[in-house]
Amino acid sequence: MRGNERIIQTGKKKGIGWYLAHDWQLWVMLLPAVVYIFIFCYIPMYGAQLAFREYSFETGITGGKWVGFKYFEQYFNSSMFGSTLRNTFIISATSIILGFPAPIILALIINQLRNAKWKRTVQTTVYIPYFISTVVLVSMINVLFAKKGGVLSDFMKMLHLVPENANLIGQAKYFVGMYVGSGIWQSMGWNSIIYIAALSSVDTQLYDAAKIDGANRWQRVRHIEFPVLVPTIMILLIMNMGGILNVGFDKVFLMQNSLNLSASQVISTYVYDVGVKSSQFSFGSAVGLFTNVVNFIFLLAANWASKKITGSGLM
Amino acid sequence: MTVTKGVKDLRKTEVRNNKIRETGLSDRIFGALVIVLSILCFLIILYPLWFVIIASISNSDLVNQGKVTLWPVDVRFYGFQQVFQDSRIWNGYVNTIIYVVAGTALNLAVTMPAAYALSRPDFRARNVVMTYFVFTMYFSGGLVPLYMTISNLGLISTKWILIIFVAVNTYNLIIARTFIQNSIPNDLYEAAILDGCSHFTYFWKVVIPLSKAVISVELLYYGVFHWNDYFNALLYNYKESNEPLQMVLRRILLLNEAFSSGSGGVQGGYAQSSADQVKYAVMIVSTVPILCVYPFVQKYFEKGVMIGAVKG
Repeated sequence: MRGNERIIQTGKKKGIGWYLAHDWQLWVMLLPAVVYIFIFCYIPMYGAQLAFREYSFETGITGGKWVGFKYFEQYFNSSMFGSTLRNTFIISATSIILGFPAPIILALIINQLRNAKWKRTVQTTVYIPYFISTVVLVSMINVLFAKKGGVLSDFMKMLHLVPENANLIGQAKYFVGMYVGSGIWQSMGWNSIIYIAALSSVDTQLYDAAKIDGANRWQRVRHIEFPVLVPTIMILLIMNMGGILNVGFDKVFLMQNSLNLSASQVISTYVYDVGVKSSQFSFGSAVGLFTNVVNFIFLLAANWASKKITGSGLM
Repeated sequence: MTVTKGVKDLRKTEVRNNKIRETGLSDRIFGALVIVLSILCFLIILYPLWFVIIASISNSDLVNQGKVTLWPVDVRFYGFQQVFQDSRIWNGYVNTIIYVVAGTALNLAVTMPAAYALSRPDFRARNVVMTYFVFTMYFSGGLVPLYMTISNLGLISTKWILIIFVAVNTYNLIIARTFIQNSIPNDLYEAAILDGCSHFTYFWKVVIPLSKAVISVELLYYGVFHWNDYFNALLYNYKESNEPLQMVLRRILLLNEAFSSGSGGVQGGYAQSSADQVKYAVMIVSTVPILCVYPFVQKYFEKGVMIGAVKG
């Protein structure tokens, strides 16, 4: 970050009041965002204490009787704890392991294309799925992979990728694959933008030098382009780790059906089911808070590891 | 690095020449591989989209039997006719347009000034305020407390909640801040200050006109979010008349709610067999408008993403 050198040095210490008066215009410009975040992020954080309280309609969120870890214990001891945690973790880990490298590889491929017209065409096409809403995406999955007459499920059966009687939408064992695969299809192109942008900042002198040195194209990708991407990769990876238990509610919820529930009930959909739909407010809060704490720990760990290994981190 | 070594060592020139010839072949293989892979990616991305288009104008019976694969068969436009007659879809459309226009306008009005303030190097509190924002990216109170907060504010089932919800997204805020900080020369600010310019005037007269690229990024991110959002409508809106398009789509596409309108004069069997055609038409009608936005902002967009995100 540049900038701190710009602070005017006057030698005298100034009080908060002076800065408020001095920067009041900036504060005015910040105010709506600060107030919004306060209401919609920090008040709910304060309200998360509901996880430790009984909820009653008269006393509201913060007035109920303090019950400590009762609802956490209830969750940890329930049969849903193991299955929701496992499902969430499997979906998340698979998404990261398979989904994270995809845009990087795509960006490297696109960057290698010599024909400008074809490059443009590929780039524009791979962006399109990003604009498709989750609702439409899930209905596309439902028709393309339908048990009977689904074009893509028929194709996969023809190639013997899946057995003849497979029901890709209705069977729990295919859920993770369908979820992750469709996710990659949708976001691979869009996520590659940031890598393509980073690649465009490569110093062309490096290419010339490598050519003189006799490096072939693969070596140039491996030793020039890939290293350029590493800082971006690390930052995005840390941010992904911070969401390890944050499997997006949107798509899972829509892809859920009674047949695949054993693989598709994740923590966020479970929180919705118990917390909002069946109004077990305290229990839902406890499950949600547990997830957020775990996520936060993962984020800190990933950030710490990244700092150790590559010297760059988020915080 | 190794360049100088290579240039200095003349005796190795021959070896190097050999190498270049060798890599000539491997480069050709590499080039071919890249093209094959790019064609593969292209087809994988494009085919599902193409299929929806051909299925929307083909005979549904044939589609359901898996007989429509590459080209439309037995072309008919029944699906689109039905969609254009359906009042639920138009109601959803109108609501979505309200949410997208009002919501995105609010997003920009909140995000841009805040981004400007946070970009000012002489703003002493900026690190504290930044932490205040960034923390919410990684920690939240959870769904239930948020739901109860919104409910306490009396916003459940109002149009307001779908406009004001996520008025400022921290990630987008950071992009805008980074852009303003890196691409608008501070000299401009100093010159403006000498002329007695306030932050407000400077922001409005200088920063905004120079931030077209990042504004188009923000427009796109926020606009697509509002257009595609069904989750917040599902959680915070229980009134059918306030439903955005995506909720209507969910009912039609995923909950298989019958397509009733305009079927008065149509034979039952015919309507049934074409019900699926309607679904494909719905998918297209709901996606095309947002797709049309992209080419308009594309020019600025890639520039904006580059400056706003990479250097962040």
